[in-house]
Amino acid sequence: MAVTETTEGVLGAPALRREGRAKVTGTARYATEHTPPACAYGWPVAATVAHGRVTGIEDGEALAIPGALAVLTHENAPRLVEPDDPTLFLLQNDRVPHRGWYVALAVAETLEAAREMARTVRVGYDEEPHDVLVAADHPDLYHPEWANGGYPGDQHSGDFESAYAAAPHQLDATYGITPLHNHPMEPHASTALWEAGHLIAYDSSQGASTVCQVLAAMFDIEEKQVTVVAEHVGGGFGSKGTPRPPVVLAAMGAQHTGRPVKLALPRREMPAVVGHRAPTVQRLRLGARDDGTLTALQHDVATHTSTIKEFVEQAAVPSRVMYGADGIRTGHRVVRLDVPTPSWMRAPGEAPGMYALECAMDELSFSLGLDPVELRLRNIPETEPESGKPFSSHHLADCLREGARRFGWERRDPRPAARREGDLLLGTGVAASTYPVIVAPSTASVQSMGDGTYHVRVNATDIGTGARTVLAQVAAQELGVALDAVRIDVGSSDLPQAPLAGGSSGTASWGWAVHKACRELRESDGSIVTVDTTSDVEAQEDYARHAFGAIFAEVSADTVTGEVRVRRMLGVFAAGRILNARTARSQFIGGMTMGLGMALTEHSSLDARLGGFVQKDLASYHVPANADVPDIDAHWIEEHDPHLNPVGGKGIGEIGIVGSPAAIANAVHHATGRRLRDLPLTPDRVGVLG
Amino acid sequence: MIPQRTATSSTLTLHVNDTAHAVTVDHRATLLDVLREHLDLTGSKKGCDHGQCGACTVLLEGRRANSCLLLAVAHDGAHVTTVEGLGDEERPHPLQQAFHERDAFQCGYCTPGQIVSGVGMLCEAAEGHPSHATPAEALGHSTGAPARLNRDEIRERMSGNICRCGAYPHIVEALEDVAEDGSQAQRAQRAPRGSEVPA
Amino acid sequence: MRPFTFERAASPEQAVSAFAAQPRARYLAGGTNLVDLMKLGVETPEHLIDVSRLPLNEVATTQEGGLRIGANVRNSDLAAHPAVCRTYPALSQALLAGASGQLRNLATTGGNLLQRTRCPYFQDTSAPCNKREPGTGCSAREGANRDMAVLGYSEHCVATHPSDMAVAMAAYDAEVEVLGPEGARTVPAAEFHRLPGDTPEQDTVLRPGELISHVTLGPPPEGARAAYRKARDRASYAFALASAAAVLAVDEGGTVRHAALAFGGLAHRPWRARRAEEALIGARADAQSVGRAVDAELAAARPLSENAFKVPLARSLAVTLFTRLAENPTSPAGT
Repeated sequence: MAVTETTEGVLGAPALRREGRAKVTGTARYATEHTPPACAYGWPVAATVAHGRVTGIEDGEALAIPGALAVLTHENAPRLVEPDDPTLFLLQNDRVPHRGWYVALAVAETLEAAREMARTVRVGYDEEPHDVLVAADHPDLYHPEWANGGYPGDQHSGDFESAYAAAPHQLDATYGITPLHNHPMEPHASTALWEAGHLIAYDSSQGASTVCQVLAAMFDIEEKQVTVVAEHVGGGFGSKGTPRPPVVLAAMGAQHTGRPVKLALPRREMPAVVGHRAPTVQRLRLGARDDGTLTALQHDVATHTSTIKEFVEQAAVPSRVMYGADGIRTGHRVVRLDVPTPSWMRAPGEAPGMYALECAMDELSFSLGLDPVELRLRNIPETEPESGKPFSSHHLADCLREGARRFGWERRDPRPAARREGDLLLGTGVAASTYPVIVAPSTASVQSMGDGTYHVRVNATDIGTGARTVLAQVAAQELGVALDAVRIDVGSSDLPQAPLAGGSSGTASWGWAVHKACRELRESDGSIVTVDTTSDVEAQEDYARHAFGAIFAEVSADTVTGEVRVRRMLGVFAAGRILNARTARSQFIGGMTMGLGMALTEHSSLDARLGGFVQKDLASYHVPANADVPDIDAHWIEEHDPHLNPVGGKGIGEIGIVGSPAAIANAVHHATGRRLRDLPLTPDRVGVLG
Repeated sequence: MIPQRTATSSTLTLHVNDTAHAVTVDHRATLLDVLREHLDLTGSKKGCDHGQCGACTVLLEGRRANSCLLLAVAHDGAHVTTVEGLGDEERPHPLQQAFHERDAFQCGYCTPGQIVSGVGMLCEAAEGHPSHATPAEALGHSTGAPARLNRDEIRERMSGNICRCGAYPHIVEALEDVAEDGSQAQRAQRAPRGSEVPA
Repeated sequence: MRPFTFERAASPEQAVSAFAAQPRARYLAGGTNLVDLMKLGVETPEHLIDVSRLPLNEVATTQEGGLRIGANVRNSDLAAHPAVCRTYPALSQALLAGASGQLRNLATTGGNLLQRTRCPYFQDTSAPCNKREPGTGCSAREGANRDMAVLGYSEHCVATHPSDMAVAMAAYDAEVEVLGPEGARTVPAAEFHRLPGDTPEQDTVLRPGELISHVTLGPPPEGARAAYRKARDRASYAFALASAAAVLAVDEGGTVRHAALAFGGLAHRPWRARRAEEALIGARADAQSVGRAVDAELAAARPLSENAFKVPLARSLAVTLFTRLAENPTSPAGT
């Protein structure tokens, strides 16, 4: 069966979201929007000390509240098999590793009663000293063996010190980023029920297969005794990549009370229990020749993790990929503090790491008197610098040139603080972007329904990426049928197992399996095919695979107030084949918007004395609002990379955030003449400029 | 009915999307929780539960409001429009259609609140309400005539609805599409209330 | 949230007497802050008296040519009222700079004045806070204090008042009419909120059971122009880092006849800058003399570890407002 003319171009077309009508009319149901009969409500109780042990829990007042069903604590909660992720080992012992750690769970007939129960549970603590503040000279910093993503903590090639010492141009600068919070609009939430030993959980998750496996192990049952449904998920940005406390608490509450239990995290408790982007202090040292080519590059990252889990934000890793130099040294130091456990937030590693690297490149270009686009063009490596591997494709230069053309970069006056419009100082900046291509094995099935239609089944998760739509496009293209001849089911662990929506890998991983299933169905005599791509993924050739991009930004800085706002932003990306122009554009500009927040508005801190996050709610942690976001534009290079996967995409969920903070910060320097290295660039840091 | 002074719950009537519902509610219950947990109208979302995100936006007596901050007991007899009342999958409201076509959302969780807020916002503009984006000159000569909505005005007026997916530019486009035919949006919002039936 | 009984007040007087019968009562109007605080456990009333349907929702012209604003007038309606837009532009601007469209549709004039600080430690019932629990200590003074006060704070409390509207009200010499068990009385808006002193739990001079019924604005001084400006972390939907409302009237020779200046975000109450105003009367409203006048006011500022930026920011806001108002004599609002 050949691809027919009528369906050519199904892949790449701007197809409308399949669940779009349901979402705009309010009929799409999320995790706590399923109410089984006799459903009860859970409300967690968070620790109010930063380090210590629970000495006693008084729940008499709570249990006397009308509608009270139970208070679960480490003394009476169901016993769990210890999971690999210690943040899920809840109510199993008296230990409090950080403020906000859950120490009890109230369950009641109504939401109102559950909340009041949680308020009236009295917890006694034996407090121990705590330390929550990381600094580049913290005495307990150590070099971890591995950073997140399976990267070696430290790596070097050539002789950095000699190359740096000999360099005619040197830059030594340190950049700071506060903790950051994912804050998806749907709080982490679950509805769990047990039916004859079978656990059903509607969960707000980026990967129901993983949740199913983890729950089965923790509750010591077979995976086939667990069904996890994640049909519609209100965003995650990494924080729902693996199970989080709500699903474990809801399942325990349901087991304990014999009732279905619904539980959504209160917004202000999320920062403590769903992961966060760890703060980083990043020192960059660059050595360059007169022509701007780099001879030395050092990227040192200091960050924190919790006392119960080592998570190292791999911020130095992009410096192993971006630019060549005679001597490159990259490394991470981490300190275990009494802080909530950090985890994935959109482009972990690349987002903060490229902020520091790309600001340093801007500083270098300024001191060299060289255009920052040109500086980057002169340093694009032939092969991946640290590994020496060939790139599967590399179109950063095209992104920079195309972006410069579209943005009007050639008209830029490089002098800082030279453009004024009323009270406003104006400036422009550029930064490069990168994100690795990740793909994981997946299964999928496709069935011919005998009437010209096909049914694709895969436990992909649509967290807002448009996975349903794009996978249907992959199937329609491969089957040679119209898009509406393909029905697709995603979002349940009862479907063929699939990896999570994370690491910008979902579409490539699931799409590969869907593509393979459709191809095998075409070539078979049967009506249904189920495939597994494990062997295909393992057989990939040894290439360095990365997406690249260039971000351009124009900002205004108000001389009266120090308020910085973005006026326009442009991203040009080379991310392989773009599978749906409409949803891809949304992901690119969405990532860039989160980068805008990281640069200008999002600020979190830990209270040294109390030990928890201070900015816990959406009134104090400033996610960008509509008025902060100008006309952001995203374009892409047609990139045909034969070394990827049959679908041809590199992943687009994260590259938009990478580079955006640096482009904005570089524009702030261009506008104001001030080199501010600590994000976010709020008025207290920018200051009155008049 | 008039609640008794010793009671901590009351029976009241809520007119939701042209249907009257007699509900007995805990005084602590918010309109949002009554919609979601009692009436199974889950289109209105709970994002923050504290008026900091706008996902719960409904029209209360025709005006947009954060339903998470409204105690249901204080709104006996009120007329409420939720996203479900604007249109359905077969006959969506023009703004629902515009959001779909403009891809003005990703995860969809803030979307019902954005759409209801947008409908309310267009009505406020038609009634001549100014905004923070309205130039001081225009404010000083306010006549109550309908406000003209450029992109800055739309952005400011829609800033009470947070979207973490970053769909703002598309949200603005969707609102522009419908604002250009403002009478249509208002007609839909001002639809006569239908027959009231007991829940 | 603690269970509570509920009643709807039939009249302002009945509301006041109902309150007197219920020592742990609260008045409920728009609810945008009270319900928020009840969910946090900061407010735990046992009885709510719904005053939102009382007929206090008119904006009327007074005999003196000012405005009498009912306590239940919604923030959005007040901001859009043509008389407010034209005659009290700084009030309109302040209202429109606050919260969001949907919150302004709910929030009332009286409730806006009575909103509590957004100090994160006040909102967190597990943190020490003298305002919430007198005697427990102030977590903010040596904690995250970027958003805290620089003027008029005490060792017991460094919180700021969050309202934008109240800042403009203070600059316009508004008066707050209250009704209480002992009858009605009037309090100047600029004195309605307190400094924390030894009793930070008291935000205002309201006595127990008193209900705001109206806010009255006198006619603005002849030829006065006014504006409000706010600096914040994001472009909309954020509390002020600092803000200022300025009212200015100059004579034909450019000499200041009337100057009123109030700051938001700097103190436990809208900070009426009397010292700066006195220095400005009879001077020219140029950058130099305004700067000198504001410096005299801000000399009393005692920044905390993270908020020294507020002093130059406030100065910049005030100087810009006054000099623009002086430069644009034909514009009702100077910005």
